[in-house]
Amino acid sequence: MKTKNNPFYDPSLKKRHANARRFKLLALSSLIIAISFLVFFMVDMIGKGLPALQQTYIQVEVSYNEKTMKSSRKAIDRKLRKVVSRAWLRAIPMQMKENPQLMNTTKLVWALADDQVDQYIKGNYYKLKNKDRNIIDELEEQGRVELQFNSLFFTNGDSKIPEFAGIKSALIGSILTLLVTMLASFPIGVMTAIYLEEFAEDNRFTQMIEVNINNLAAIPSILFGLLGLAIYINLFGMPRSSPLVGGLTLALMTLPIIIVTARAALRSVPDTIRQAGYGLGLTKIQVVRDHVLPLAFPGIMTGSIIGLAQAMGETAPLIIVGMIAFIPDSPSTITEAATVMPAQIFTWAGMPERAYIEKTAMGILVLLSVLISLNTVAVYLRKKFETKW
Amino acid sequence: MKTKISVEDLNLWYGSKHALQNINIDLHKNKITALIGPSGCGKSTFLRCINRMNDLISSANVEGKIVIDGKNIYDKDVDEVSVRKKIGMVFQQPNPFPKSIYENVAYAPLKHGLVKKGRECDLLVEKSLISAGLWEEVKDSLTHPGTSLSGGQQQRLCIARTIAVEPDVILMDEPTSALDPISTEKIEALMLELKKKYTIVIVTHNMQQAARVADYTAFFHLGDLIEYDETETIFVNPKKKKTEDYITGRFG
Repeated sequence: MKTKNNPFYDPSLKKRHANARRFKLLALSSLIIAISFLVFFMVDMIGKGLPALQQTYIQVEVSYNEKTMKSSRKAIDRKLRKVVSRAWLRAIPMQMKENPQLMNTTKLVWALADDQVDQYIKGNYYKLKNKDRNIIDELEEQGRVELQFNSLFFTNGDSKIPEFAGIKSALIGSILTLLVTMLASFPIGVMTAIYLEEFAEDNRFTQMIEVNINNLAAIPSILFGLLGLAIYINLFGMPRSSPLVGGLTLALMTLPIIIVTARAALRSVPDTIRQAGYGLGLTKIQVVRDHVLPLAFPGIMTGSIIGLAQAMGETAPLIIVGMIAFIPDSPSTITEAATVMPAQIFTWAGMPERAYIEKTAMGILVLLSVLISLNTVAVYLRKKFETKW
Repeated sequence: MKTKISVEDLNLWYGSKHALQNINIDLHKNKITALIGPSGCGKSTFLRCINRMNDLISSANVEGKIVIDGKNIYDKDVDEVSVRKKIGMVFQQPNPFPKSIYENVAYAPLKHGLVKKGRECDLLVEKSLISAGLWEEVKDSLTHPGTSLSGGQQQRLCIARTIAVEPDVILMDEPTSALDPISTEKIEALMLELKKKYTIVIVTHNMQQAARVADYTAFFHLGDLIEYDETETIFVNPKKKKTEDYITGRFG
């Protein structure tokens, strides 16, 4: 028997171990639920988004002549006019202007297909007249219909013609906006943190500031949008919808995050380092700049990048300052009208055309990849600087 | 013998707590003075008064005079930063900067403008590390991080860093309490070497250490300076009952 020759036998242990196992299972199941949500989301997004990487092209005969110049629809056979993209047709006169030697020639060209044709080829729901569908079937038999890599998605801005719409203008808008956010919030945030942590005395005033900064991080983002609208656009008269205004608005949101994380990073630097510096007769600035900041730097960087990543996915405040506008052309300066990726996703998600569904999903995938790379950079920076000493 | 530091009626308050009460003491030049006493007796606080490190604590309030080389360091026209340059300090925990061994030593002299970058600075670093007895161990790894050294080596690096700014006085706040006996022995030997050039004040919990290295010993208790005399007198023939009780281990 167990009890007889086992001095370590404890009758209550069985129950206690069972309890521990149950607790472990409970904790594990929460993890499984979280992961399954994530997996479902990713599978759904990738499944819906990947088709957007391909686009149907149709081989057509294009005749470049005077008539085409006047009315580009006449460049191709009448019965094909409905199945190719309007945007592609519109671009023909432009091509002729750029290449005058095209005049009075006829060429076989892969033309961008209409979005409904694209959906039909991809096997989705489509709206095509029977006659047009027969034409496509006929062309397909001749091998003149093809799914090609959709480079337009990455080189075009938004368009009301679904097959012509791309993420580029939103991507560039996001980059410019984020650049403004970073330039505005990083120095101000870090300097504020340094002041509060290293210089300010601990009195009622600084305590009040501290409480308020922590509160700011929890304010609904749309309020920051209204603040940005009131200050930057109405008061300072900065251009509406511009990355400048959007970036500064997001900076308001990012600031508290940067301040809080930078303060935590500074606080985690051991006090002995400061004492060593002061003991050598160094001034405050020498101690903080050369000894405390380098140690706090990885923490500050990580916090800032997380703040920026959050700003990148932010939509509500940008809608308020007008960055939801329809922007076909990529902005080249921070004062031009622009939109950002999450706003672009929002716009596409509301479009009636079927083709925008895959574009929305693909837009989300692009946004997620940018966010993941930002976070990877944050992890990399932390690892790189932490292991050094 | 010459007096280097003369303390007159020094009082210190942390907020409302009277941590040092009417301290009067003359510390002698080129001697090692040990400050002993039970925890919380004010010996570290007193040490930190000598280079005005207590100024960093906003609740600390100092009254009285500490006269070094004929000047009260608490006078209005004395900048505490320049006091700390003349009165170096070594701490309980080895605290090298998160930089290379070379930069640890070179940083402060460069900032104080004592040397210029290059040959002059290299020589100072070498000289300081030799004085701290660390040169032979690190001369081939000057670019390695200071934190890669062992605890005892780190503490000697901190001493090298302190003497590189050419102070007159070195304050040591329990410099060996975090070290093993062999490292401790090295630091003690180093202190005996350093007193030829510097005046040293050391706070220690280890009474054997005080007996081994100190020329003079001051016994603190509850913010009071109870007794101050030559080390031998304090340990062999103390005048006060409290000192004797502490030395013989009856409390503390």
